[in-house]
Amino acid sequence: MAPAASVAVENLNPKVLKCEYAVRGEIAIHAQRLQQQLQTQPGSLPFDQILFCNIGNPQSLGQQPVTFFREVLALCDHPCLLEKEETKSLFSADAISRAKQILATIPGRATGAYSHSQGIEGLRDAIAAGITSRDGFPANADDIFITDGASPGVHMMMQLLIRNEKDGILCPIPQYPLYSASIALHGGALVPYYLDEKTGWGLEISDLKKQLEDARSKGIDVRALVVINPGNPTGQVLAEDNQYDIVKFCKNEGLVLLADEVYQENIYADNKKFNSFKKIARSMGYGEDDLPLVSFQSVSKGYYGECGKRGGYMEITGFSAPVREQIYKVASVNLCSNITGQILASLVMNPPKVGDESYASYKAEKDAILQSLARRAKALEDAFNKLEGISCNKAEGAMYLFPQIHLPQKAIEAAKAAKKAPDAFYALRLLESTGIVVVSGSGFGQVPGTWHIRCTILPQEDKIPAVITRFKAFHEVFMAEYRD
Amino acid sequence: MARKPLDYEELNENVKKVRYAVRGELYLRASELQKEGKKIIFTNVGNPHALGQKPLTFGRQVVALCQAPFLLDDPHVGLMFPADAIARAKHYLAMAKGGLGAYSDSRGIPGIRKEVADFIHKRDGYPTDPELIYLTDGASKGVMQILNTIIRNERDGILVPVPQYPLYSASISLYGGSLVPYYLEEEANWSLDFVNIRQTVVEARSKGITVRAMVIINPGNPTGQCLSEANIKEVLQFCYHENLVLLADEVYQQNVFQDERPFISARKVMFDMGPPLSRELQLVSFHTVSKGNWGECGQRGGYFEMTNLPPKTVDEIYKVASIALSPNVPGQIFMGVMVNPPKPGDISYPKFAAESKSVHESLRRRARMMTDGFNSCRNVVCNFTEGAMYSFPQIRLPPRAIEAAKRAGKAADVFYCLKLLEATGISTVPGSGFGQKEGVFHLRTTILPAEEDFPAIMSSFKKFNDSFMEQYEGYSRM
Repeated sequence: MAPAASVAVENLNPKVLKCEYAVRGEIAIHAQRLQQQLQTQPGSLPFDQILFCNIGNPQSLGQQPVTFFREVLALCDHPCLLEKEETKSLFSADAISRAKQILATIPGRATGAYSHSQGIEGLRDAIAAGITSRDGFPANADDIFITDGASPGVHMMMQLLIRNEKDGILCPIPQYPLYSASIALHGGALVPYYLDEKTGWGLEISDLKKQLEDARSKGIDVRALVVINPGNPTGQVLAEDNQYDIVKFCKNEGLVLLADEVYQENIYADNKKFNSFKKIARSMGYGEDDLPLVSFQSVSKGYYGECGKRGGYMEITGFSAPVREQIYKVASVNLCSNITGQILASLVMNPPKVGDESYASYKAEKDAILQSLARRAKALEDAFNKLEGISCNKAEGAMYLFPQIHLPQKAIEAAKAAKKAPDAFYALRLLESTGIVVVSGSGFGQVPGTWHIRCTILPQEDKIPAVITRFKAFHEVFMAEYRD
Repeated sequence: MARKPLDYEELNENVKKVRYAVRGELYLRASELQKEGKKIIFTNVGNPHALGQKPLTFGRQVVALCQAPFLLDDPHVGLMFPADAIARAKHYLAMAKGGLGAYSDSRGIPGIRKEVADFIHKRDGYPTDPELIYLTDGASKGVMQILNTIIRNERDGILVPVPQYPLYSASISLYGGSLVPYYLEEEANWSLDFVNIRQTVVEARSKGITVRAMVIINPGNPTGQCLSEANIKEVLQFCYHENLVLLADEVYQQNVFQDERPFISARKVMFDMGPPLSRELQLVSFHTVSKGNWGECGQRGGYFEMTNLPPKTVDEIYKVASIALSPNVPGQIFMGVMVNPPKPGDISYPKFAAESKSVHESLRRRARMMTDGFNSCRNVVCNFTEGAMYSFPQIRLPPRAIEAAKRAGKAADVFYCLKLLEATGISTVPGSGFGQKEGVFHLRTTILPAEEDFPAIMSSFKKFNDSFMEQYEGYSRM
């Protein structure tokens, strides 16, 4: 008797079945297939390369890593280099001394050993010092958990907070779908609050309150508020006043504030500045014990863009000792995060300073990348706004544009016939005509009846004109076909 | 005063149920003592580099070059790095679009997955599909992902060996499933007893548990036993007839210290058995760069290989993998170098072979030294460490010690291990952290301390043990 397959879709964990992650979903999978097709049958498609604008992955599109960081990492990867004479001519002196300093904080200088489950203490000290210097308020190494990217930290908090389907987490709509996926995986309820597209994706406390009360009236126990600042996919940078209101709201409603701040170094609006929620809370007089706050940072974004290293941390404050023990315990099951990522997190929070040998070149690399990102954001925003039926808010920060596409009725019907959401239909057609890969707005959430796509600003600057031209050509054809 | 969401009482119960002794009470106490200035020998976790084992040079050279590609452009690079390391770095950089700093394919870089597939093919004699090999941030993440995919609710049971590496019990708790224990037979060299296992399954089912999967750890952790081919066949047949997916944790496959039972993968035995079993039995196999001769724990590099899983299931597993975006790229490169190491004729081969041999033979000697050292104590019986990195001696504790432990509010083996720690600085993990039969006590230590420190460590242990026995058993005076 052939037994039925033990592990088949019909009997998998339903939470796994329920969760979705559009960033590497259907359109991206199709794009990979088309990319293979280009390799095996060159010339078979109306474009000669796939351009992945679906994912915030700067170095895959040509952004160069920060030299100083890579120097230090290479020396830590292979400390034997520090004993060779030639090293002095290949590496800058401050990279050599930083590597030595880092190795001295690692027990036995063993970068291949599992570390403390929160991360190497000396590196956490450096991160805490960086946070203190950034905010003007003290940070503690014991509050820091270094993780394989920021995402595992988010999962850990969802796991801790969600007991059952009645536990709700307030999330911005649109949101980076790690949050919706993680909430689904852990069996909780996503409680949406809508960012206002007409006011540059503003966050209205009154809407927050309304959604909270709505959820509670349906028996949902709302446990936390997720804020992404700068926003993803929306790019808005919160005004300070807004941040004060958010902190007060969490305090009054007894919510944990989950502050996703991974784009803190990606700010392009001259009139906007990053303020960490920790800084805001402390400056309002809320101390350690007043507000449970988790702040997430990553090495994947900013000007360093080191996605492949999987480095990040969460800083947890305002939690009791028994709770911290539980967080530690969950972290310990995975033993520790990768050491390279840990080292990189300490470098990102503690980069070269004025007077250091590498400072000038580091600053030049950083400025060049950030200024180029700002120019690309503007160029693409302007280009989108010139197209018929497309309105695009400014990207004040982060790495994305999230234009709204006013799709004609005929297009919406064609999408229905093809059994696709209208924006997914549009994105698929865009891919098949131009090779440009974006993510449809339905992957992030949007006001029902509105359609968006998320496109990164990451193709190299010299490629941007071609991207704009191709996109424009496609859009004009599309609108000609479906215009009412 | 309203309850706050992160009050202890308001936490997810599954989180609170999790136990992971490897970094639990003993380790935390050891860390405290270390901070106070006491010299601690950490033998609580399989962490070779932390105890002085050196990394294999070739891997570090390759990753350093990938990390800092500007080195490859420098005319002096040939003075610092051998030509084959340079070539290999270029090989991986060509595969990794955007280098080490870009998210790769969520399953891992295709070229490296192909290297893993080639390694498996060469090892087992059967081809495998790189599309069904997923690289992960350490094998543990892969284990957790697969268990999370299988476990729907508390009625889903997973057969787990006892003693087991507590990643399994912790993950099952975290995901709200049921652990169905099957006891390894200590007196028969930690072998599997299928009469017992079948009985266990019957009992679980009678309680309404749907047994979904069976875990084997081969070589075993903490027990070290290497499964014979006949044993693995029995496991496969059992899983086939009982409709279980087999989860084969094979992370210690390179750590084998006897010649009677070399490592054979579950997959190889399965294909040797042929159809229909080989076409239908669902199998997931796990491996890592953390163990073997490499010991690169800190890199977090691992993979799982899926056999006979339906395509739709694989799609769901891919979907969850994609949420984490990608495994860390340096860890992937270590995996590539591990499965595709220098070969005879390569410039780096002699050094690589010598370094690997030195690690392996030293581990083999230490496995013997530790087993013999424990067995020289009259109240200790220790099975030989056939494989893996641990020793799991059984310690007979006298009734007065057990009572003293009870009064101190501790399990007897925890009590013993804490006293051992305080007296000698040796930080172990009590057997209760791995599971053991009622009333039988063990501790797990590693064979990893430096070889030259071994005689002192074993004599320090013996001295403590004998005085502990003296204290709690004494000499009967007639």
